[in-house]
Formats: sequence, structure tokens, C-alpha cells
Amino acid sequence: MTETKPRTLFDKVWDAHVVEQLPDGTCVLYIDRHLVHEVTSPQAFEGLRLAGRKVRRPDATIAVVDHNIPTSDRRLGIAEEESRIQVETLERNVAAFGVPYFPVLDARQGIVHIVGPEQGISLPGMTIVCGDSHTSTHGALGSLAFGIGTSEVEHVLATQTLLQKPAKNMLVRVDGTLPFGCSAKDIVLAIIGKIGTAGGTGHVIEYAGEAIRALDMAGRMSVCNMSIEAGARAGMIAPDQTTFDYVRGKPYAPKGEALERAIAYWATLPSDAGAQYDKTVVLNAADIAPMVTWGTNPEAVVPVTGVVPDPAAEPDEAKRAQMQRMLEYMDLTAGQKLAGVPVDVVFIGSCTNGRIEDLRMAAAVTRGRKVADGVRAMVVPGSGIVKQLAEAEGLDKVFLEAGFEWREPGCSMCLGMNPDKLTPGQRCASTSNRNFEGRQGPGGRTHLLSPAMAAAAAVTGRLTDVRDMA
Amino acid sequence: MDKFTTLTAVAAPLPIANVDTDKIIPARFLKTIKRTGLGVHLFDTLRYDSEGRERPEFVLNTEPYRKAQVLIAHENFGCGSSREHAPWALLDFGIRCVIAPDFADIFHNNCFKNGILPVRLPRAVCDQLMEDARLGGNARVTVDLERQVVVRPNGEEIHFEIDPFRKHLLLNGLDDIGQTLQYAPKIDTYESRQREEKSWLPGITVA
Ligand code: SF4
Repeated sequence: MTETKPRTLFDKVWDAHVVEQLPDGTCVLYIDRHLVHEVTSPQAFEGLRLAGRKVRRPDATIAVVDHNIPTSDRRLGIAEEESRIQVETLERNVAAFGVPYFPVLDARQGIVHIVGPEQGISLPGMTIVCGDSHTSTHGALGSLAFGIGTSEVEHVLATQTLLQKPAKNMLVRVDGTLPFGCSAKDIVLAIIGKIGTAGGTGHVIEYAGEAIRALDMAGRMSVCNMSIEAGARAGMIAPDQTTFDYVRGKPYAPKGEALERAIAYWATLPSDAGAQYDKTVVLNAADIAPMVTWGTNPEAVVPVTGVVPDPAAEPDEAKRAQMQRMLEYMDLTAGQKLAGVPVDVVFIGSCTNGRIEDLRMAAAVTRGRKVADGVRAMVVPGSGIVKQLAEAEGLDKVFLEAGFEWREPGCSMCLGMNPDKLTPGQRCASTSNRNFEGRQGPGGRTHLLSPAMAAAAAVTGRLTDVRDMA
Repeated sequence: MDKFTTLTAVAAPLPIANVDTDKIIPARFLKTIKRTGLGVHLFDTLRYDSEGRERPEFVLNTEPYRKAQVLIAHENFGCGSSREHAPWALLDFGIRCVIAPDFADIFHNNCFKNGILPVRLPRAVCDQLMEDARLGGNARVTVDLERQVVVRPNGEEIHFEIDPFRKHLLLNGLDDIGQTLQYAPKIDTYESRQREEKSWLPGITVA
């Protein structure tokens, strides 16, 4: 027998799902969970229909609506015609193909990446896909979870597999303890600031180190969520006691003796000592400060104590031009301090920061304070369950009394496919994950930051160092 | 899916890095339930002003690039959202090949599923091809997938690498699902083994 080489977490989950390896290295990879939403699935179901194919494993598939739906009272239906058609199309498709579905008025409805883990549908060691790049979120459980296009959605519906080549392994280790006022969002923004938006291309990132271990599952999900913003195919964190405690009791997770057998398996997944990574990056958590983006990609990020960088100092001509364009779009000037920049809108929500733990962090800063005059501030819980939990804890009151809007769950202003949009020129402090031009509405300007930092911006009306508000 | 064999066409230079899929097709156009018809919204914010008028300075609004079938760009093309609407919009406009120093993974994958050939070439080569492209309609570029070469207007041939399996699918216009279904018996075997070894893994039903 040959010695088995030490393997990474990614290697182990990958190996466990290879149905067949083709001569050129492409694998037929088995998919354990397929999450479906209304935007990237209509053409896939249509494809099945045209080819006379069925959904191979409806019991491994779950559908929700999240991108298009209004976050106001949903009993009123969807006013916008194209959004309504897309939602109705999904409802027709799940009925026709027998796919499990959480409808709009079900408390379990929410953003697909919040719903999967919350329901115990996403579990450690699984392969999980969804027609959405932020599927990387589920990697926080120690699963291999990645976004796919619509043709691949169709492929998984029809075959429960994907044709894939293994990614390369990248280790991002965050040593030490996170300073006061910082959270998981600051860690991941700091990582992207360091490695860049293409730093992880072709790789699956495994996040490790003391600061990652110390995060709760919500924080781990925030970190893995933004792996795609570093170009990585997926992000993963080795399952540990925190993971097992989180999974226990989730509605669709195994129970009792079955759970114990599952945990025994999951405990074998962490990377072996001596496992090799193609790339390693190390950060020290102590160096991290509350972060805020100044430009139109997530790598354009600095600590809130910092200033807008000067394009003149950038040697590469193309990059210099890109920075210049970012500054024009964002209406900022080189050397300007980030703290103090006035904001028009504050958005707390999204699959990055729409969990109950995120709302608690935002509420802690908001409690007893008022939203600044002229600022529109909104909280959009990530799911109906998050909303219920928050209301049971009275967080809705904290936000409402301060002058926030307390809305129904969905993607909302993360991408502005529903009526929640920025108007041209508006500046938004947002807990979402993308600050691309026009992402939150045409002409809108986005500053990405943590939930606590977003709450601080809401009550002061400016980008603010949350540590000054303690 | 249409085959891709060789293409001789006008190439449009787009010297921008990190062109994200929101830029290729903004979210507000994702409400379609069809694959076609997105070409008019390709690069919407770069292409039109807030009144919906064409921006005369944008390359695809000028001749001969309105008919471009090749696009040349800078690093990390197609980053961001996984939306396949991005390749659908490119294809609907008429683009069959994108040449860039590198691509974001999901976009790169999505191109192959739609008969678009993404070609990775070093930045210096891309810059050279952009210079060629700026010469206009008489300076057409040829992309020959079989021989894996890009032919500059002056006849110089530049080799590119491509995954052999994907090349095979693209050259023959083959559908992935059909390929995979050849392995259906193996998928069956995998599933029965999984049901035994991971008997703790529950299925999903919604009550
Ligand atoms: S919240 Fe934003 S990033 Fe997350 S799935 Fe919805 S649109 Fe995508």
C-alpha cells in the first residue's frame, strides 16, 4: 500500500465526491445540495423541458425566491411585472419538477445563503452549488460550496453532478486576536485589500488561524461569503466544535444517533498536518482595524482611520487610470479622510451580514441613538427566521425607535433588483459585498463596511470609526 | 450550442481591468426568463448615458466595432456575479471570443457553455492585439481553435493554451449534459454507495 499524502480539507471533500475522473483530469463531481433561486434558474428549467429531462434528485434541491422580491408587505404581491413573472416562473417550475420550495410568505423564506445553513440543509463535508457566486458562504461549515452559471444549474438538475477540474489550494491564516470594534467583515475586507480581487483566482481558500477559529458561525459565513470577491472559487473553514454545535438542532440536519455518526465523519475532514498549499497568506488580526471601501471594487479598501489613496502614487498606468475613474465615480479626492464622509443611505442586510448576530452588532451601536437627519437607514433581515428571532429579542424596536426601516427579508439593496435602489449620486454605507458601479442602483455610490460600522454611519450621518462611539 | 472552429472578425479593444459582470450586464436586466435579447443591454452603463442615448466615445458605439465578434480586454475579465446573462449578452451582441490576460473562474466556465471562446494571452500580447484592433475594419483578427492560434492582421501567429476536453466540446458544439449522461451508471453506483456510507444524510422535503 502506498503512503497517502497529507490532504487539505478541500482535497478530502473533493475526493469524496468524485464519481469518475476523465483522462484529462476533469472529474464528474457529485453534488449533495443544489440551491435554486428565481434569477438564474428559468433558462435551466426551460432547457430541461426542451430536452425532455427530469430533475434527478428533487430531494437534494431547495428553491427560494430572494433577489427580486419587495421587502415591503408581501401579501400585496409584486407590483413590478418582470419581477413578478420571474417569481411566478420559479413557482411553476418547482411545481412541475417537484422541487422543494419555501414560498414568499413562509417564515423560512430568505436569502438562499442564509436559508441553507439556518435550515441545516447545508452541512459540513458536502458539495453545495447554487447559481449564485456567493454560494461560497456555505463553506464556513466545512463544505465545498461554489457558484455556478445557469447552464451548470441545468446540468446539476439533470445529472446531480458537474464536470469540474480540482482547484488549487490556498491557505489564508489569520493569527492572533481581533481588536475591539472589529468583526469578521473587517477580517475579510482586510484579506481582500491584501491579496486583491484576483488574488484567489483558480484557488479554493481555506481560512485558518486563531482569529478564524474564534469566530462564531455567522462570522465564518461572512468571511467565506466574500471569497469570491478575492477571485476564489470557494472559501472553506475546517469543521470544529463551533460547527457541530451550530448544526445540532437545525431542522434539516441529522438528529440523535445519526448526527453523532455524521459528526464522527465531519471530524475527519480538517486538513492533515503537513498538507501542502499552492499559496499561503498570513495576516495578523491585531493589525486589522474597522475597514471601509473607497472605490468600486472590494480591493479598494482602507481602515476607517485612513485616507483615499492618491492615483499619482500608482506606477502602473492602467491601474492609475482605473483609480482615477473610481475617485470620479465615488466623488472622492485623493488624500481625503474616509471618516467624516457624509452618507445618504445605510443598508444593513445581505447574505454577508443579514444574520441575527449581525443585527445584534448593529443594534448594540444603535440602541438609545437616533438615525441622523436626512439619512435613510434600513435593516433587511436575511430570512424570515432571522426576522422572527430579532423581533423576539426586541431588536426591531431598537431599530424602529432610532428611525430605521424594518423590512421583510430578501436581497434588497444589495443589488437593487427589487424596488430598494439607490438613486444616482446617492452615497450608501452598506454591509453587502459588492461596491461595483451601479450595483445598488444606477449611479449609486457604495461603501462596504461591517454592521457595527453601518450603524455608526446611520446615527452620525457620516462614515465613522465605530470605536469612537463606545 | 454553436460550434466554434475558426473566426475571422473585427476585434474591439476594451482596455479595462476587472470588468465585472455587473458592468457587462447590470442586475436590472436579469429579470428575463430567456437567454436571448440581452445584446442591446451589453455594457449598458458604459454604452448609454442616463437618458439612454449612446455614448459616442464607447468603442461598441463606433464603426467598425458595432460588428465586433472578438473583444480584447485587460486582467480579471468577468469577475463578480455568476450570472450567465453576461455571456448571453456578449453572444447576443455577436461576440464569440474574448481575449484577456486572465478571467474570473465562473465567467470563464460560463463562456464555454455558450460557445464563446475565452483566450488567455499575456498582457503584452493583449496590448499588441488592442493596437491592431484600433486600426479598424481592415485589421481583422483570426482565432483558430483547432490549431490554437490567434493570427494578427500582419500574419503573425500567437499560440494559446486551452483545456483539451473543453476544446473538444467547443469544436463539436457538444452539450455537457449529454456527455455526462454517458456516466449515468457510475452516478447510480455513487449514489447507492453514498446512501450506505452516509446514511445519516437526510433528503429534503418541505412540509
Ligand atoms: S444578498 Fe446580494 S450577494 Fe447575497 S445572494 Fe442576494 S444579491 Fe447576491
